[in-house]
Amino acid sequence: MIRSITQQKPMEEIESLIDGINRVFIIGCGTCVTLTQTGGTMQVEAMKKSLSEKGKVVTGTTVVPVACDNLTADILREFEAQLKQADGLLIMTCAFGVQTIARQINKITVPALNTLFIGKETGAGEYNEVCTQCGTCVIGETGGICPVTACHKGLVNGPCGGTNNGKCEIDSNKDCAWTMIYNRLKELGRLDIMRIYKKPRNHLGEPSPGKFQIPA
Amino acid sequence: MPSAFKKALNSGKFIVTCEVAPAKGTNLEKMTHHIELIKDKVDAMNVTDHQSSVMRFPSLGGALLVKELGGEPILQMTCRDRNRLALQADLLFASSRGINNVLCLTGDSVMLGDHKEAKGVFDLDSSQLVAAIKKLEKGKDMAGNELDGGVSFCAGAIVTPEAKPLEPQLIKFEKKIEAGAEFIQTQAVYDLDNFKKFMDYARQFPVKILAGIILLTSAPMARFMNKNVAGVFVPQDLIDEMAAAPKGGALNKGIEIAGRMIRKIKEENICDGVHIMAIGKEEKVIDIMAEAGLL
Ligand code: SF4
Ligand code: SF4
Repeated sequence: MIRSITQQKPMEEIESLIDGINRVFIIGCGTCVTLTQTGGTMQVEAMKKSLSEKGKVVTGTTVVPVACDNLTADILREFEAQLKQADGLLIMTCAFGVQTIARQINKITVPALNTLFIGKETGAGEYNEVCTQCGTCVIGETGGICPVTACHKGLVNGPCGGTNNGKCEIDSNKDCAWTMIYNRLKELGRLDIMRIYKKPRNHLGEPSPGKFQIPA
Repeated sequence: MPSAFKKALNSGKFIVTCEVAPAKGTNLEKMTHHIELIKDKVDAMNVTDHQSSVMRFPSLGGALLVKELGGEPILQMTCRDRNRLALQADLLFASSRGINNVLCLTGDSVMLGDHKEAKGVFDLDSSQLVAAIKKLEKGKDMAGNELDGGVSFCAGAIVTPEAKPLEPQLIKFEKKIEAGAEFIQTQAVYDLDNFKKFMDYARQFPVKILAGIILLTSAPMARFMNKNVAGVFVPQDLIDEMAAAPKGGALNKGIEIAGRMIRKIKEENICDGVHIMAIGKEEKVIDIMAEAGLL
């Protein structure tokens, strides 16, 4: 299962973003941000309390089931009066949810979270970024481990000089992708694949912003 | 025409290169002083490229300065800050100004430097940069378009013989050579027995190897490197030797150790030369060379 991984913005940033918005409606989400404990019922309640203490009027709160779903607008209809009273919406969902709501509700929307990455659940409460949707997938040459994402520098020909006992130079808690790829290919008896020189990457897979339409 | 450094590499003599660290700003006095002091004593001077991701005067400008002052520059180029267009353009410019030696590096993460919020580029890696140089030499850019006016370089790269794990590092090393690297500078080596093992393996490749020598300035500095610098390992006996130096004598002890190592590398013909990094103490390169019996 993939999840949108988020982190609450620093309170000072949130306060500066809602400066001048005195009446706020807060929206959380029952899916990814509930799992990561960044925008579930408890966090929404805590935000309500914190903003009330700072003198804001919280006109209402809700936790929608799946904020990025197009049905969110219909669900929010139930809160029409409270939404109307608000000067702005503080959204405690990932940026997909924020954008969905911003498109549907005619109010200024302020994200309370930073969306960090699309993560794969790799253990209880643990998520890792394993693909950044580069558009020209190369993992057929790396034992199914993505060097574009798992290597901090996106290197495709092997490790940099920063590998430190199998960890990345930027963080001793993060595995060096090229140690993982090496171990995997070695285990498979296919280090020959690692020895093949890879040309510079093609960044033209899908020029940003990506767009897709099922052919008619 | 091959560069003076390339000729030196191919002459079979023991090669000595060192490092010039560009200024943080436009005051080039200190750099100029270092270059003038050392340029005639070494085969070439590497100019670092925002070393440790700290923004400085550019390596290209520093290499020009070495050239103008009559030295032989090696332009260090990392893939951290420029995409393939900018890298190729800078190579064309370097060539037009007589800078014909390039050391290709991937580059440290921007997170390790003084502009942590910057975007790291890494459009190419070090082996691809070597390959790009070779392509330019054939009169074509990376996209295959003809160049009006060609280039000729002596391309090099680096290796970390103490990397853990080692084999992935060696696979990359071989790719750099396959891409066309003519010389390889190593990350700092201190354990010469270990380095000899690396050389037993590396000798099979058609490439000149220059052992990296970082001047130890104190016992805490050596411990710091062991803890924080990937791929650098200072053995305990050297740390003890540094710690036992009389008060105020640690730097001289470091010079003695560096000189002793270089002498051994040369006498035992362990590799083709050395690359001396006297970080922050560039003027001491002369003392190290004297200690090594190279002057
Ligand atoms: S190479 Fe990596 S980022 Fe690109 S599509 Fe494949 S897994 Fe995703
Ligand atoms: S240490 Fe490993 S994961 Fe980190 S940038 Fe270098 S090669 Fe990539």
